[in-house]
Amino acid sequence: MLDAIARLGKAVLDSIAGAGAALLMLLRALLGKPQLRKSFPLLMQQMYSIGVLSLVIIIVSGLFIGMVLGLQGYTILVDFGAEQSLGPMVALALLRELGPVVTALLFAGRAGSALTAEIGLMKATEQLSSLEMMAVDPLRRIISPRFWAGFYSMPILAVIFSAVGIYGGYLVGVRWLGVDEGAFWSVMQSSVDWNEDILNGIIKSIVFAFVVTWIALHKGYNCVPTSVGISRATTSTVVTASLAVLGLDFILTALMFG
Amino acid sequence: MESRTTQLAVGMFVIIGVAALLFLGLQAANTSAVSSGETYKIYAKFDNIGGLKERSPVKVGGVVVGRVSRITLDGEYYEPLVEMTISATYDEFSETSSVSILTSGLLGEQYIGLRPGFIDDTVELLKDGDYIYDTKSALVLEDLIGQFLFSQGND
Repeated sequence: MLDAIARLGKAVLDSIAGAGAALLMLLRALLGKPQLRKSFPLLMQQMYSIGVLSLVIIIVSGLFIGMVLGLQGYTILVDFGAEQSLGPMVALALLRELGPVVTALLFAGRAGSALTAEIGLMKATEQLSSLEMMAVDPLRRIISPRFWAGFYSMPILAVIFSAVGIYGGYLVGVRWLGVDEGAFWSVMQSSVDWNEDILNGIIKSIVFAFVVTWIALHKGYNCVPTSVGISRATTSTVVTASLAVLGLDFILTALMFG
Repeated sequence: MESRTTQLAVGMFVIIGVAALLFLGLQAANTSAVSSGETYKIYAKFDNIGGLKERSPVKVGGVVVGRVSRITLDGEYYEPLVEMTISATYDEFSETSSVSILTSGLLGEQYIGLRPGFIDDTVELLKDGDYIYDTKSALVLEDLIGQFLFSQGND
């Protein structure tokens, strides 16, 4: 009985210590005098490996999700003679929910796991310690550019995802199933609002970018430096980041559209 | 440092992102009406426009010839005034034409049905800025039910 209570207490203390370590890591990495000339090439490098290389999976899955939305929406809406509403259905679903959320989930799987594994291996092979030996702050040199790269890349990826998805819905709805093209766009334009839908979607993806990148870096930086530890940290990154994204999405949706 | 190709790729990435945002803003959201080709405007006053919106289509016999470009209240009695932008390809409508607000399907969007009038020597063709006086308002379901109940009660 006492053991169980002690275990519970240890778990609570561990999670609080973990949250504190994550916050400290982020603050140390981001605060401090910015050195633009040194950090810009590093940022470019990371933008390339985090953002540009995620482009293919984002575009392909965006296209297919848009096409599936068009197909499923059409078969239901055509029963009510309301297939003109296909445009706003596809656009609102993508801009408000699917764009930011699916991008964040894919990003956690594609880029987040890679970040954790990379930093975990750096720690296991003591590259981080040797950087410190050479008086280079690993937080500024390794963590900070990766954080900013993820933070900038994901909203761009989410916007691309939504745009490609809407085009996929257009391909299936208008080109294949024969919804009137003018009605598809004009009904969409009359129900999609710049501030209400597009900007709120972008705000969501910025929040997700912050959370997913932060979790990935923290898990890598604080992992147990063994092969088992790295594999656990990578798994835990994907699971924690996905759950955090889905939970936060509910809260943000309730705040924005509730 | 192999920065040249990396920078190019990141630059392309950002450009694609901006292009996607522009696509969303211009094509998916309601920002500006981009109409292609030559157009002219005609006006019509209604008692009630129902669910008509800006950018709703104007159709002749089911064929789209233009779009509603503006809806305002006009005159001292605040009558709804609808501005329609018609493609200049179709410029042979006479002043005896009539417009009515119709619904596509049972639950569909509302649009303006334009019925061309007869043409002979005594009538003129509609020009840019002209008004169509023969208009029929939107059917409002509640009014219809009310009229029906009222006529039932008289029997």
